[in-house]
Amino acid sequence: MSDVDQSQLFEFLCRMGDNTLVLGHRVSEWCGHAPVLEEDIALANTALDLIGQTQMWLGLAGEVEDKSRSADDLAMLRDVWDFRNVLLVEQPNGDFGQTMMRQFLFDAWHLAMLKALTGSCDDRIAAIAAKSVKEVQYHVERSGDTVVGLGDGTSESHRRMQKALDLLWPYVGEMFVADAVDEAMAKAGVAPDPATLRDAFDARVEAVLTDATLTIPDGGFAHKGGKTGFQHSEHLGHLLTQMQWLQRAYPGATW
Amino acid sequence: MSSPNSAYPDTPDTRTKPKRHEWPLWEVFIRGQHGMSHRHVGSLHAPDEEMAIKNARDVYTRRNEGVSIWVVEARHIAASSPSEKGPLYEPSESKVYRHPTFFDIPEDVGAM
Repeated sequence: MSDVDQSQLFEFLCRMGDNTLVLGHRVSEWCGHAPVLEEDIALANTALDLIGQTQMWLGLAGEVEDKSRSADDLAMLRDVWDFRNVLLVEQPNGDFGQTMMRQFLFDAWHLAMLKALTGSCDDRIAAIAAKSVKEVQYHVERSGDTVVGLGDGTSESHRRMQKALDLLWPYVGEMFVADAVDEAMAKAGVAPDPATLRDAFDARVEAVLTDATLTIPDGGFAHKGGKTGFQHSEHLGHLLTQMQWLQRAYPGATW
Repeated sequence: MSSPNSAYPDTPDTRTKPKRHEWPLWEVFIRGQHGMSHRHVGSLHAPDEEMAIKNARDVYTRRNEGVSIWVVEARHIAASSPSEKGPLYEPSESKVYRHPTFFDIPEDVGAM
């Protein structure tokens, strides 16, 4: 691992951890509010899986950075411009269908990414991926089934799912665009070139959306700027004010 | 910002809300780590059998309780009637000879 730039490795690990942290928090916003009890518990389980993965990714990021920052420090004491999650995961929950569409689009990318990361030349990353991939395999089955159920459901649920897909599809492209960090990780064998994940993603997503009788919008426009930290959407700052409220109001507070 | 309360922004108010259609009820059976048989653990609602198994996984195996899940839609279970418990169960109360307590077990056999 000596030939990998440690600051770029830190950047990559923050991207993985911030994706799961921000989406985990978003999904946890449903706790106690989901349409039915069974979905409420399932969403909370998913959120907890993602937060658990965050602890591993950001914990390793803190080690790599070597500035004595813990996973908690990274999660709770950074401001918007230091977050490296893709824009998709910070988008608001909307209705239940929109939440499940966002989940499915992320899960499909996440599973392909984690599968590739199980072969990382960095054993620490391969170990985190091996643990996470089992959780995410379930996430994508569940969210995919729900997308099919609602897309191919009533006219009202179909309308809402198509609207959610139209809204969220422009956020898909960012997950597959490589920058200097991705290129360095791919070159060193730490992580795949994100573009190589697109075929597996497209195969799964097209199959599910066809079953769901939904139509992928035309056009290749993609919002960008989340994972590079260049420009997050307005929603992330609001999310952080809630997620980080305790540490902001009571710095250093512990249980 | 997203508020959970906005989940159904265009749902009409209570007076005009249509009757809620519940998903069917499923009974859930789990075989534990070391258990030989599936045991009834509870019930839940789900639109179909695949989602019933997924929901059962999320509701009843969160703490590593199981290695196998059965679900069956509750309407498919035939049950004995509580009003018939006299004729069904009371006759066996007086048949003590049905319990194998009238012979000595040789010590070599060990615990039965």
